[in-house]
Amino acid sequence: MSNKRHMGLRASAHISNTLIYIVLVVMSVVWLIPFICIVLQSFRVESTWQVGYVIPQKWGWDNYVALWNSDFKRWYLNTFITALATAVGQTVFVLCMSYTLSRFRFKMRQGLMRFMLVLGMFPNMLAMIVLYRVLKDLGLTQANAVPGLILVYIASSGMGYYVSKGFFDTIPKSLDEAARVDGATRAQVLWKIILPLAKPIVIYTILTAFMAPWGDFVLARYISFGTSAGMNVAVGMYSWLQQDMIGQRYTMFCAGGVVVAIPVTILFMCLQKYYVEGVTGGAVKG
Amino acid sequence: MKKYNDLEYLRLSKGQKFLYRLVSFFAAIPVALKNGCLGIGRFFKNLAAAIGRELADIVLTFKNGDWKTRLSFLIMGFGSMARGQVLRGLLFLLFEAVFIFYMIMGGGHWMSLLSSLGRIGPHDEYSAVLDAYTKVYGDNSFKILLYGVLTIFFIIALVYTWRLNIKQNKIAEDILRSGKKLRSGKEDLKSMVDDQFHKTLLALPLTGIILFTVMPIIFMVLVAFTNYDGSHDGYNNALFTWVGLKNFRTMLTWSGSGVNYSATFGEILTWTLIWAFFATFTNYFLGMFVAMMINKKGIYLKKLWRTVLVLTIAIPQFISLLYVSKMFAKNGIVNGLLLDLGWITQAIDFMGSQAHNALLPRVMVILINIWVGIPYLMLITTGILMNIPADLYESSRIDGANAWQQYTKITLPYMLFITGPYLLTSFTNNINNFNVIYLLTGGAPTNAAASGAAGSVGYTDLLITWLFKITMGAESQYYMASVIGILVFLVVAIISLVVYNVLPSIKNEEDFQ
Repeated sequence: MSNKRHMGLRASAHISNTLIYIVLVVMSVVWLIPFICIVLQSFRVESTWQVGYVIPQKWGWDNYVALWNSDFKRWYLNTFITALATAVGQTVFVLCMSYTLSRFRFKMRQGLMRFMLVLGMFPNMLAMIVLYRVLKDLGLTQANAVPGLILVYIASSGMGYYVSKGFFDTIPKSLDEAARVDGATRAQVLWKIILPLAKPIVIYTILTAFMAPWGDFVLARYISFGTSAGMNVAVGMYSWLQQDMIGQRYTMFCAGGVVVAIPVTILFMCLQKYYVEGVTGGAVKG
Repeated sequence: MKKYNDLEYLRLSKGQKFLYRLVSFFAAIPVALKNGCLGIGRFFKNLAAAIGRELADIVLTFKNGDWKTRLSFLIMGFGSMARGQVLRGLLFLLFEAVFIFYMIMGGGHWMSLLSSLGRIGPHDEYSAVLDAYTKVYGDNSFKILLYGVLTIFFIIALVYTWRLNIKQNKIAEDILRSGKKLRSGKEDLKSMVDDQFHKTLLALPLTGIILFTVMPIIFMVLVAFTNYDGSHDGYNNALFTWVGLKNFRTMLTWSGSGVNYSATFGEILTWTLIWAFFATFTNYFLGMFVAMMINKKGIYLKKLWRTVLVLTIAIPQFISLLYVSKMFAKNGIVNGLLLDLGWITQAIDFMGSQAHNALLPRVMVILINIWVGIPYLMLITTGILMNIPADLYESSRIDGANAWQQYTKITLPYMLFITGPYLLTSFTNNINNFNVIYLLTGGAPTNAAASGAAGSVGYTDLLITWLFKITMGAESQYYMASVIGILVFLVVAIISLVVYNVLPSIKNEEDFQ
């Protein structure tokens, strides 16, 4: 850098860098504090309710043991199964949709995309009210909420094609054409040429589809409708923080939060590269 | 208003350009409306013409066709089967059989009741065997409406398939007449993975969308015109029926006497828009700022800072939101700390039901949303910021631009240009940002002035959380929820339309070189 020769500039750069470091350190603390608090409080054994201090006076695994003996196990399993099934189904649906809209030029293509855009402007909570009643008639609510949830998550997932369509658009079409000239069918082109190239977006889709059910609250609450056996972690643990429960369950909530966050976070950190690619690409292409 | 030509337009300053586009957009509305109406008229004219053509073609096919074709008018797929295309023929026949089965099994019944949504409600009936009155259930309005709509879909599909089946016959006849061979079933199957592959790929996702998104939305839009609620659930306690525009009148008429739906709606809509504005732009600019800080030359440990922030994305939002909401509770850690330090003498209810004004909880949810949102924006903007050509900054520095000028003249236009569409979607997502509001405050503190409306409205409630509360409440006024849903759609649609037409970057027009 040429301005390093000028002492004045160098000093001001020093000052601004120091300021930035201070801001970054403060930010890191602010961003991490809630999570540090959750972890610390999950080990507090002297009381189960909310207190005004952070460091436990007595440490122990009591909350985790209590967690193991509660409905939490069931919720966790429910969520895990839902997340796995959704990750598979949703990925298939989204890839079918986005690949088709990116590569094929058929009569209804523009109309279809415009239609889905308008459809997406309706709050999806509207549909949930009906879906709850329909699933109830099919016997897929309350204790059987898991298959119902999976069905709903997967069925409408084709609407979220934007990010991966943007990715497919960047793969040159000449690849398809070359393979077609060599006698490959359209399906072979997809399997043998496009999918191997699309690995980042496939992983991104799987990752987001897997993470979504862990945080879904509204739909899961509608469909489980007060039956503990059908709840996912979000709905179940939400009930622990309501007025009547928070006294006995607050520290258990913290322990549960840790248990939920650890696998998701590890998975996320491992696949972070793909997530960043997907998110950045999605923002650029809309 | 004054119209500029291209040259005059280019001479305007940025602000004037924006204003010009805004004004010309609104000035164009009457013309657009007129064109829209004309367009609808044209559409129907074309539609009528198309139907006429189709009908003529159908009649001609019947007149000129052989007996196989003619029989296909009644038994779908017969012609195809008789000409050796068994697979196609069977599929047509199967569809017809399913349709007839469905209509007999109840489709016809449900559709015939669609206009009244059921005649006989649940009632008590004298039973001679038991010598007592027992409750007898009658029609089910919910099913009538749902399956009635489904039946209409089905009929449209049948008409379309029937037409397709006739067209197939005509095409097959033409091919045979010209001495060529028809496609075999095997070739049909092969085309499904080749030149018809898009239909194979779209079949499942589209079926899912139609059944699980389109149908429910049509149903709920229709509910807005009924009196479906907790006490008219359509089966167990009473039927529900059509009420016309009554619910829209309840929601939108200003009765002036203080407590009513329209006042509540106006208040919540205003807050929803304020929230969406702040939630979108605070996150956007602060996230960009953080990304720029980390990107800056001479800052070490870039990876560490990013990882710390990204870590918070990975943790499911409901945990962090619920936990943070408890941190700020009256007996939470923040109050405990402030009390210990002696900065306050009495615990503050930041966002709870006892917060003594609307402002503090509202500011709190926006602040916490910044905490939630900055990592995402940091991620998104980091990559884009690094793509800005470095020589732009280089040459601007030689021209004597300072950091602020570089930001406003280079960075910001570039970012807005690239992320314009993202800003729009993020704004509309924030209008419907259920999780942040519901998990943080649940809408609290209660808005006493809005007690006339259903759903115990609070000061931080968005339209979407209000909708949810209405459906969960004891009264469950589904019809009101549906009206709110439709209004949310209108708000989102109008905003999108205006932004698409006014902001150049979304239309990829010009302005950045």
